[in-house]
Amino acid sequence: MTLPQDAAPPDRGRPEEIRAVPVRHPGRWVAVVVIAVLAAMLGHLMVTSSVLHWDVVGQIFTYPTVLAGVGRTLELTALAMVIGIVGGVLLAVMRLSKNPVLSGASWIYIWVFRGTPVLVQLFFWNFLGALVPKVGIGIPFGPTFASWNYNDLVGLFTAATLALGLNEAAYFAEIVRAGILSVDEGQAEAASSLGLTHAQTLWRIVLPQAMRVIIPPAGNETISMLKTTSLVSAIALEELTRAGQDIASRTFYEIPALVAISFWYLLMTSILSIGQYYVERYYSRGTNRVLPDTPWQKVRKNLLSFQRHEGAVG
Amino acid sequence: MSIEPMVRAEQVHKSYGQVEVLKGIDLEVQPGQVFCLVGPSGSGKSTFLRCINHLEKINAGRLYVDGELVGYQEKNGKLHELPDRVVAQKRRDIGMVFQRFNLFPHMTALENITEAPTQVKKVPKAQAREQAMELLTKVGLADKAGNYPSQLSGGQQQRVAIARALAMEPKLMLFDEPTSALDPELVGDVLDVMRGLAEDGMTMIVVTHEMGFAREVGDSLVFMDGGVVVESGHPREVLTNPQHERTQAFLSKVL
Ligand SMILES: Nc1ncnc2c1ncn2[C@@H]1O[C@H](COP(=O)(O)OP(=O)(O)OP(=O)(O)O)[C@@H](O)[C@H]1O
Ligand SMILES: [Mg+2]
Repeated sequence: MTLPQDAAPPDRGRPEEIRAVPVRHPGRWVAVVVIAVLAAMLGHLMVTSSVLHWDVVGQIFTYPTVLAGVGRTLELTALAMVIGIVGGVLLAVMRLSKNPVLSGASWIYIWVFRGTPVLVQLFFWNFLGALVPKVGIGIPFGPTFASWNYNDLVGLFTAATLALGLNEAAYFAEIVRAGILSVDEGQAEAASSLGLTHAQTLWRIVLPQAMRVIIPPAGNETISMLKTTSLVSAIALEELTRAGQDIASRTFYEIPALVAISFWYLLMTSILSIGQYYVERYYSRGTNRVLPDTPWQKVRKNLLSFQRHEGAVG
Repeated sequence: MSIEPMVRAEQVHKSYGQVEVLKGIDLEVQPGQVFCLVGPSGSGKSTFLRCINHLEKINAGRLYVDGELVGYQEKNGKLHELPDRVVAQKRRDIGMVFQRFNLFPHMTALENITEAPTQVKKVPKAQAREQAMELLTKVGLADKAGNYPSQLSGGQQQRVAIARALAMEPKLMLFDEPTSALDPELVGDVLDVMRGLAEDGMTMIVVTHEMGFAREVGDSLVFMDGGVVVESGHPREVLTNPQHERTQAFLSKVL
């Protein structure tokens, strides 16, 4: 079939560009007013309050024991997360294994460590010396070749790291397991059919794809861990919260101390959130046809769209 | 004739729980043959293919690839399961192409192809890339090497999947409805690649609903229904002059 020659559309040129008046959002303006008033009230309170001593907040913010506490908090968070992630991956793989002993052991671990408060576990690791006074290398129930005092071997810091890390592993295991289960079975099948072993399939094919599902909750876990480390002040380990408390009880500047350490926590969690964003972006390659915008690109787009609105309205 | 068949099935049975899906399959695929497997949905075609590279274990009968038992070793009249490592080793020689492509979405087309040679055969990276580029050229996608699967059309993805399987230099290729997830206008490109493979002498078992392809390229055709082989012969004969009424009924629907 051929179209008759004169059926071609007559050339009328390109139609005029659409310049529509955008929909108005009166609700937004109401919200702006309400929030602005609340913010002004809060700002007024902060500036005029007699207990807030901004100069003291500044001093505490950079006080040497506070800075050391920040270091400790970061150290604890990092180590506990490493233990949590490595342990969590291991537990998840065990849990999904066909070997009933491995999956059973993993189930019991998760049951115990998720089922008891982390504060209790913290005390437990700290006082384990009473239950197991000596730790040694040797044959179980047989001769011992070398042994150490538990309390020498496991100081406060190690106890805290173990408690937080092993507890985290139980939560992380479930996150990793969900991630692994989210990957299409066809992927493992394709990998097997190419001759990859189980381990290669897991590490190179399944886990990298599971990361897309694992990263967002993992970011939450890290941020949550950063704050959970404040619990170790309960076993007298000097970290950020403890450093703040010490200053407060010595100087009675309670509120400024709390504000100063809160700023530190906010600063650290903000940096972690930004890091999480870029890690997520990296692991989404291949799934999105175009990479999502970075936060900065988003801000710029928003500003531009705002300008465009102004133009259209005005 | 004494050459060993590439695939030999003797009374292969397979059940899932109580349900018997394969009820005694007997067939032989000769080296260099294009062997077509057709039949209605649920007749056990995919299951049989998956048994050939031991993605599924058979429950009874014997299945040989290139003269060797699949998944087992026979010693003193008893079957011993092969360890996973050995099963994986044997799978290298059998390429498989899936209906839904199953490309690795986190890798580019090129990386998809080099993955198995570098990981499994420990081929040096540069050499694997060179070989992958040759394969991509062969399937007509040399310019798409850097694309992720999500940036390729279905037909292009399936051609990359074929190249990925070929990179392991298999002696047997299994195709499970390689074109049935594709838009009609993309089917031709994939079939052309398969036709080329057949001309190169590759042994292929193809589950397909493309009767034109079976008639034109196939050397042998088996019609399966309800887990048994109903009819087999040369594609032209079976397709133009089916003997069994179940074959006739099926063909009248698909042709
Ligand atoms: N993992 C499984 N568990 C239980 N039943 C299964 C499983 N896999 C397949 N089956 C059943 O086995 C039968 C054969 O399935 P199979 O996928 O081999 O059919 P097929 O011939 O490839 O069909 P199609 O043309 O639709 O792909 C079907 O009835 C299916 O429901
Ligand atoms: Mg099928």
